[in-house]
Amino acid sequence: MTDSRLPASFMTPGTSSFADFLGIEAPDLLPSRRAVPAGNAADLAPHGTTIVAATFDDGVVMAGDRRATMGNIIAQRDIQKVFPADEYSVVGIAGTAGLAVEMVRLFQTELEHYEKIEGSTLSMDGKANRLAALIRANLGMAMQGLAVVPLFAGYDLAADQGRIFSYDVTGGRYEETAFHSVGSGSLFARGSLKKLYRDDFNAEEAVTAVIQALYDAADDDSATGGPDITRRIFPVVHVITPDGGRRMPDDEVSVIADRILASRMQRPDGPAAALT
Amino acid sequence: MSMPFYVSPEQMMKDRADFARKGIARGRSVVALQYADGVLFVSENPSQALHKVSEIYDRIAFAAVGRYNEFENLRIAGVRLADMRGYAYDRRDVTGRGLANAYAQTLGTIFSSGGEKPYEVEIFVAEIGDTAADDQLYRLTYDGQVADEHGFAVMGGAADVVAGHLKEHYTAGASLDDAIRVAVAALGHSESDDRVIPTGDLEVAVLDRTRTQPRKFLRLRETRLVEVLGRRGVEEPDAASPEDALAGSGPRHSGQDDPADPTDQVSGATPPLEDPVSGEPPVAPPVAPPVAPPDSPAAPPTGPGQV
Repeated sequence: MTDSRLPASFMTPGTSSFADFLGIEAPDLLPSRRAVPAGNAADLAPHGTTIVAATFDDGVVMAGDRRATMGNIIAQRDIQKVFPADEYSVVGIAGTAGLAVEMVRLFQTELEHYEKIEGSTLSMDGKANRLAALIRANLGMAMQGLAVVPLFAGYDLAADQGRIFSYDVTGGRYEETAFHSVGSGSLFARGSLKKLYRDDFNAEEAVTAVIQALYDAADDDSATGGPDITRRIFPVVHVITPDGGRRMPDDEVSVIADRILASRMQRPDGPAAALT
Repeated sequence: MSMPFYVSPEQMMKDRADFARKGIARGRSVVALQYADGVLFVSENPSQALHKVSEIYDRIAFAAVGRYNEFENLRIAGVRLADMRGYAYDRRDVTGRGLANAYAQTLGTIFSSGGEKPYEVEIFVAEIGDTAADDQLYRLTYDGQVADEHGFAVMGGAADVVAGHLKEHYTAGASLDDAIRVAVAALGHSESDDRVIPTGDLEVAVLDRTRTQPRKFLRLRETRLVEVLGRRGVEEPDAASPEDALAGSGPRHSGQDDPADPTDQVSGATPPLEDPVSGEPPVAPPVAPPVAPPDSPAAPPTGPGQV
């Protein structure tokens, strides 16, 4: 008998997870269900590099540089690596760019799907755990060199504060205090933020601090791109407050970046921290 | 061996249609109305949790009347379909027409398959475009028919009375505030009198193309409705409706045969349905068993494949 109705899996109640539903209905759409031939695939595709996030008194900011590299080649100068996950959260990605962008799309759909089906949003921890599950499902590919390491940040309306979560390739989820960074230039960015960060930042100061940190990462890591003043390409910056998240427009970012560049003309290593 | 009674296909479809229509008419109405910036949905729904109007995708919304568990199932299927299509292709490739077709196929198949109870639901699928001329409003009925509506549409409850009121008072291209006032007045209208529906009992949502976010669906809260509607006189909640007791529940096992409820599981002294063609009460089945044709005792002429 020909039956033209929607397949039974569409009408089955139970799961509010889009990834779970895809696993039943169209598993080939899930990034984790693809078999990759044995061997190291790390050099096949572009890699995204440095992401930085920091909390401030009324929210959290996340910024990412714009460079993607393939070995010694700059694969793209203006790649976007920081994406809104939903209204109150943002996800930045380091690692294999193609897989990472696909994973972000899946994560965005996952959050929106839950919201529409349940009529309420996931808690901040719920969102962080869902992302961990998606990363964990990618472990096989990570072992072949196609790792994706996200940084997740958002404003927790229940706890009334900005929160940051970092991950490892096995899906380990770690809550960070104050600031964090992932990617190839993260060591330098974290060291920079360690000296620059203060608890009483407002939004603009927090944005300035993360752009300074990205500048320091680009200074010492060849895979991280600094502000491109000839092409006017600046980091992607997202600011999240209790009113929701927004991407800071390029002209606002460029004002701050230009100020930082001007001060680096005087002192190339950036602002000096007090000794004691 | 026993032989089933022969029921003509016409009679069977009429019975099923009559059953579904009764279930739908027992609820309260939902109004969908095109206004200058999109599509407005208004319903009288005292429940804050069980929505009749919901978001499906960026520019697509869903409204339904009838049996809650059935249309909730369809709503979830719609969200899954839209999200999967948007994920596999692009957000712009999710269309209201595709969704309406999937619903129509599903409802039509269930309606015409003999083994299943037809869905007692009626659905609106609305999609907004970049201008008011691009807005689409589809009405889907229990049997899978699709109608393209223009201006306004009403389903459920005393739909014709509400539609009559709207026909007199609806103006195309109205502002949102005017559209809300017209729709709420129409819902409160009945043949005998006009009732002021309490703002707390209204479920109001819009697809608003002026929203800056990609997701254009928005529920209007009670504070906003109070602003728009102003002072309207003494509020009168609707009398208890069968849908209040039935929302989300299966057929009732009351132990009593209720002639108003065609889904009850009891066949008592009161016949559950009148004859759908003549309106006459049903006649008891003939006492004598039907006589089979003498030569073909094993082939009752009822199979769907028979000519």
